[in-house]
Formats: sequence, structure tokens, C-alpha cells
Amino acid sequence: LAAPISACPACDAAHIAEDTAGKGYRGNGQEAQRIMLSLPTAYCAACIVGVEGSLQQLPGVRSARVNLTLKRATIEADHDVEPQELADFLTSIGYEAYELDTGVLSTTATEKSSRDLLMRMGVAGFGMMNVMLLSVAVWSGATDATRDLFHWVSAAISLPIVAFSGQPFFKSAFTSLRARRLNMDVPISLALILASSISIYETANSGHHAYFDAAIMLTFFLLAGRYLDHRTRAVARSAAEELAALEVPRAHRVLADGKEEVVSVNEIAVGDLVRVVPGARVPVDGMVEEGESEVDRSLLTGESLPVFAGPGEMLSAGEVNLTGPLLIRVAAAGKDTSLHRMADLVAMAETSRNRYTSLADQAAKLYSPLVHVLALSAFLAWLWISAGDVRLSINIAVATLIITCPCALGLAVPAVTTAVSGKMFRQGMLLKSATATERLAQVDHVVFDKTGTLTEGKPRLDNYGDHTPEDLAVALALAQGSSHPLAQAIVNAAQDEGIRAARVSDAKEVPGHGIEAIWSGQTVRLGRAEWLGAKGIDRTATYLKIGKRPAVAFTFTDNLREGAAEAVASLKKQGMKVTLISGDAPAAVQDVAFRLGIEDYRASMLPDDKVAAVEAFRAEGRHVLMVGDGLNDTAALAAAHVSISPATALEATRVVSDIVLLGRSLEPIGGSVALSRSATKRIRENFGISAGYNLIAVPIALVGLATPLAAALAMSLSSITVSLNALRLKGTP
Amino acid sequence: VNVLVYLIPISILLGGFGLAAFFWTLKTQQYDDPEGDAHRILRDEWDDAPPKD
Repeated sequence: LAAPISACPACDAAHIAEDTAGKGYRGNGQEAQRIMLSLPTAYCAACIVGVEGSLQQLPGVRSARVNLTLKRATIEADHDVEPQELADFLTSIGYEAYELDTGVLSTTATEKSSRDLLMRMGVAGFGMMNVMLLSVAVWSGATDATRDLFHWVSAAISLPIVAFSGQPFFKSAFTSLRARRLNMDVPISLALILASSISIYETANSGHHAYFDAAIMLTFFLLAGRYLDHRTRAVARSAAEELAALEVPRAHRVLADGKEEVVSVNEIAVGDLVRVVPGARVPVDGMVEEGESEVDRSLLTGESLPVFAGPGEMLSAGEVNLTGPLLIRVAAAGKDTSLHRMADLVAMAETSRNRYTSLADQAAKLYSPLVHVLALSAFLAWLWISAGDVRLSINIAVATLIITCPCALGLAVPAVTTAVSGKMFRQGMLLKSATATERLAQVDHVVFDKTGTLTEGKPRLDNYGDHTPEDLAVALALAQGSSHPLAQAIVNAAQDEGIRAARVSDAKEVPGHGIEAIWSGQTVRLGRAEWLGAKGIDRTATYLKIGKRPAVAFTFTDNLREGAAEAVASLKKQGMKVTLISGDAPAAVQDVAFRLGIEDYRASMLPDDKVAAVEAFRAEGRHVLMVGDGLNDTAALAAAHVSISPATALEATRVVSDIVLLGRSLEPIGGSVALSRSATKRIRENFGISAGYNLIAVPIALVGLATPLAAALAMSLSSITVSLNALRLKGTP
Repeated sequence: VNVLVYLIPISILLGGFGLAAFFWTLKTQQYDDPEGDAHRILRDEWDDAPPKD
């Protein structure tokens, strides 16, 4: 049956095209699910088109939207669409994508408060422009009734706006006063309220000066500073949340009837059976029920050598299963795992940070009482000089309060932190703490962890030359069938040298022990020393035994992480002491220290020893920067003056560190100290500039010569100088 | 000087239009993805408004 022919085919076509382009698939009638994907490499217009276009063509996808600022895609889709499949699809067409746990991302709250600040700032900006226009007329000589009219109009505009836009300051000042403390917002609120009230009084009495413009301008500039500060923190927070959301915790639960289901870790209960496949991270604490394998504990203890795991052995969450599938009886899951308990302990131990007073707080401590005393003494002095003229005295006191330029002080720190965190983000460093730059600038001693921080945690065969081609060919043939990291290292080394694998038969992997096969009629084995009956050596090694011949050892060293040598060299060049503290065996630690030129190294350190070492450095009066990734470093990271961890670290570790390295390379660390020193210098300069303005303006106000025009000039000039100075921030030396 | 009687309300009204426009941009989430929007405007394809939620 043919479709009826339309009188206007083009109209129909346009209609259909618009429908499909705009809305696309409308769903199967059920409720949609929301999927978020992280797109770390998206940066251009083509990426938006590519990602959105190709996602919308997939079955079940209703809409897709890319946010380039957050490097994220939000997708509405039917319930049976698997997030992982979408991520894999995008990665396969060239846009690297990772699934995000939507439960962890709590962006709505920060977005709301940021939008709230922006709205208050917009309203204040609108009011400021209108009042300024009216004020220009007054400054240029409006008199009598005209001046009064202009003052009344200014009052009508600025009073409601100051009351609305100034709320963040009033609230903060109120809470701080209730706690019997003075913060920066107390003089600000006082200046706003006093300036508004005296201006109304002056206007009612046909006075010459009204400070409506000053009050509203102060509100606008201070809100600008606060918005900058808020945005910087919100971006850092959302990036940090994203790192946490990347680890979507899933586990394979084995049911009573032997079937398996994939569930979220939160749903796992004590006593459940969980299967951990080779290559996966153990999601829970528990005892091995069935199966044999080796596990990699390096993130938890710093040991680079894999450990045997068989029935009866206890495993902790965070370890990585290497060779064989394991069936684990859950002893603790979710918040009760040793991993989480460790994180809680660290949160309690985190005291040194709380003791640090930021430069802004130090300045506020000096500034607030000084301003109040100045204004009050100006009031009293003029009351005495003018023999009881309260109106004149209050006018001068208010002029003093306004002209002391709290807006330059309010902008001094946020302008610099915005500039520095943007710069660091571009270099691949995420600033999580607001005072991290200031603390980083004081650092004079750097402590590194070894496994996973200075090294990649990926072994490399280092005694290649000691072996006969025959041994290598057999080892290659055995190693090819395994995904064990040491086996993979042998395969890589042998293939680089062009070795051809020997012909072996009946190869089988014995999980937890090694690989066995038949070669030229004799049994050949590659694996752990005990399994082969060989004597182990004190190195990361695996052993090859051919027939009855004595076993030979293949030894490995850890590859240095990209940029590790440059970072250490740059830090040493800047005159800093560098120490290596590791939980690994002495030989491995010594080797890495020697390769990087670190003289001070300590091996076999337990987590407590690491903390003790950091505390000892602090007792000597040193400011320690700790760089580490393992769970065993977590307490030391919290104890240090400032801490950095790579993105590959466990979540518990990233939580306590001030800065997270987003890229693979360690190189940015070297420059970051210089950058933060430059930033701290700018902050100090900005305080100096504000103080300089005050030195000129305050005496003028005190002798009673400050007009609203002078206040407006001083305020805008100082704010602009401070912002421009922040932009002079220098990068790497 | 009498001209002020209607010029001042007019100027405030015009400013009010600007303020209303600003509220509208806030409400339609136009500050959420400044970087993406800078690129989107250069595309040929017709683009939907930011998602409302």
C-alpha cells in the first residue's frame, strides 16, 4: 500500500528532518535513565558534533549533551542501555570515554550556590551602573532640589539591592559575631549598613554627600571576588568528585544456584560469595574459599612482589588479582572494609592542616580591629574638635570605613588563586585545597614514595643478557599464555630482541604458582621459586626450570614513571632535600634511589614508620611535601605540610592529598613549587598595594576631606590594580 | 530640568530590561558550559537549547 502523495514533499521532508534532528528517538515510553560519561580528551567543536551525533544514533539513546567545560557527556537513555557499552563505543570511535557513577556526583548543590552568587552579583552590577550615572551628575555640580532628587532615586535603587546582594556578607558576619570572632565580613557589613543609613539621613536633611554609590560598588566588587573564589573551588571539587566517580564499584556475586550476577558493592552483604576474575581489583575484605592465584598488594603496602593467595588466605579490598579466578567469602564490605576504616583514621589524624592560617585570615585578623579602631577614634576625635557635631563626626567615620578599601583585600586572594589554579590545571595538577598553593610555597623538603609514585608499578626484565637464547625462547613460549605482569614483561623484552618462541605443547597455567608445559619431551616450568624447588633471591624475580636442570632466575626492576627523573632533578636544583621512603625491600629501593640520584632513602618502612619520619622532619622545622599513592602512604600524606598524589592512587589516598596529578607524568611537580611561590608573592604584593592605597586614603578621610568621588576612585583603582597584578603570575622558572 | 521626570524612569526601565535578560540567561543555564558554547556557535547544524532540569 503506497503512502498518500503529499502536495508539498519538501514541507514533509523539512518537517521530518527537524523532528529527527531536534528530538530523535523519544524512548520506549518507560522512565529514562541518566548516564554520565567522562570525556578527558574532548576539547573542540568537532568533538561535540562527533560525540553527540554518534551517541544519538545508538538504539535506546534519547538525547546526549556534551559539556566541554566539565569534559562530560550527559545522556538520557532507556533503562536497558548499559553505560559501559556507550563508553566502549565512544572509545572505539576515537573519543576516550569512561563511565561515571552518577550517585557520587553531587554537582547540583554547588551549581545552585554558584548561580545564586552570580545572580546577586548581576543585580549589584545593574544597580551600580544606574547609581553611578546619577552620581556623576552630582559630582559634576548638581545642587539643591536636583541633587536631592538624584540622591532619593539612588536610595530607591541601592537600598533594596544592597539588602539583597549583601546577604552573603551579612550572614557570614552574623555567624562570626555569634562565635565571638571578627572576620573580614564584619567590617564589610558594618561599612555597608553605616554607609546606607548615614546616606539616608543626609538625603533627608538635604546634605551634600551621600554614599549610596560607594555602598553598592563595594557590594559588587566583593561579590566578584567571592564568585571567583567559589568558581575555582567548584571546578576543583567537581574534578575531584569525577575522579571518585570513575571507580564504579561493582562485584560479581555468586548465588546459591551457582549463577552469577553483577551488583553494586553497596548491595554486598557479609557472608556472600564473590568471584574476582584475574586483572580485577578485590572489591571486599574476605577469605579465599576456592581457587589459587597471586595478588598485587603494592597499592596497600608498597610491596612490588606479588603474593600467593589460596584457600584460607585473607584478602583486603583494593588488592589486584593477577592470575587465577578466586571465590571469596565476604568478611566486610562497603564502609566496613579495611580500606574505608583507614580513610576514617586518616581523617581524624588530619590536624596539621587545620592549624594552618591562610594569608587571607592573617590579613583579616590585622585589618578588622585596625579599621574599627580607626573609624571609632576618627568619630571621637571629630566629636571633640567640632564640639559635639554628631552628624559631621559620623560622616567622617563612615568615610574612613569605606575608603579603607576592603574590596581590594577581598579580591587580593581570589584573583590570584583563580589564576594559579587555572595554570596548574592546564599543567595537569588539580588543586583540591584552597590554601595548598600557600603551603606548597613554603616547602623545603620533599618525601617520595617508591612503588606507584616514582615507579610505574610495571616490571621490566633487567637480566636479559644472562640467559641463553634457548632459555629465552622457552620462557617466551611459556609467558605468552599468561596475563601476569612478570610474564608480560618477559614477552615484551623477548619480542623487542626478536626472539622466536620455542614450540611447546600442553601448556597450562597453574594459578598462584606459574605455567607448565612440555618442551622436547621434558617438563618446563616458569613461576614461583617454591613451586620449582629453587632457592628464591631477594629481588623481584620469576624462575625457569627445564627438565632436571637447575632453575634460572629472571629478575625485574620497576620502570621509572615518566618525568620522575626531571622532577627530582628540578627539586634538587631548587635547593630542596629529597628523601625516598618505601615499604618495599631494600634492594629494590636502593636501585630506584641510585637511578634517580636520591642520597637519602629508607626501605621496609611500615605506614607508622612513614608518619614518624615525616613528623621527625617537621620537628626539625622543615616543611615537608609528601608525594605518594599507596594506602600505606595515606597517614604520612595527612601528616605532611602539603601532599600530592597521582590520579592512579586509591580514592582514600586522593581524598587526603591537597593536589592530584591528573596526567601520567611527575614532571609538573618541579615547576609547581616555583609557580606557587610566585602566586604567594603576588598575594603579598596585593596586600601591599591595598595597604599602600590605605596609607594615602585614610589620612585624607581622617582629616575629613574624603568625598564620595574620592571613595569611588580609590575603590575601583585599587580593585583593578589588584586584579591586574594577579594576572602577572609567572609559570615555570 | 523637567525632562528628568520621565528620563530617569525610562533609563531605569531600560536597565531593568537588561537585568531581566540576565535573569533569563541564568535560568536557562547559559553559564554552565562557557567553553562548549564558544564552540557550538561555530557549528552549521541547528542546535537545541541547553537541557532543562
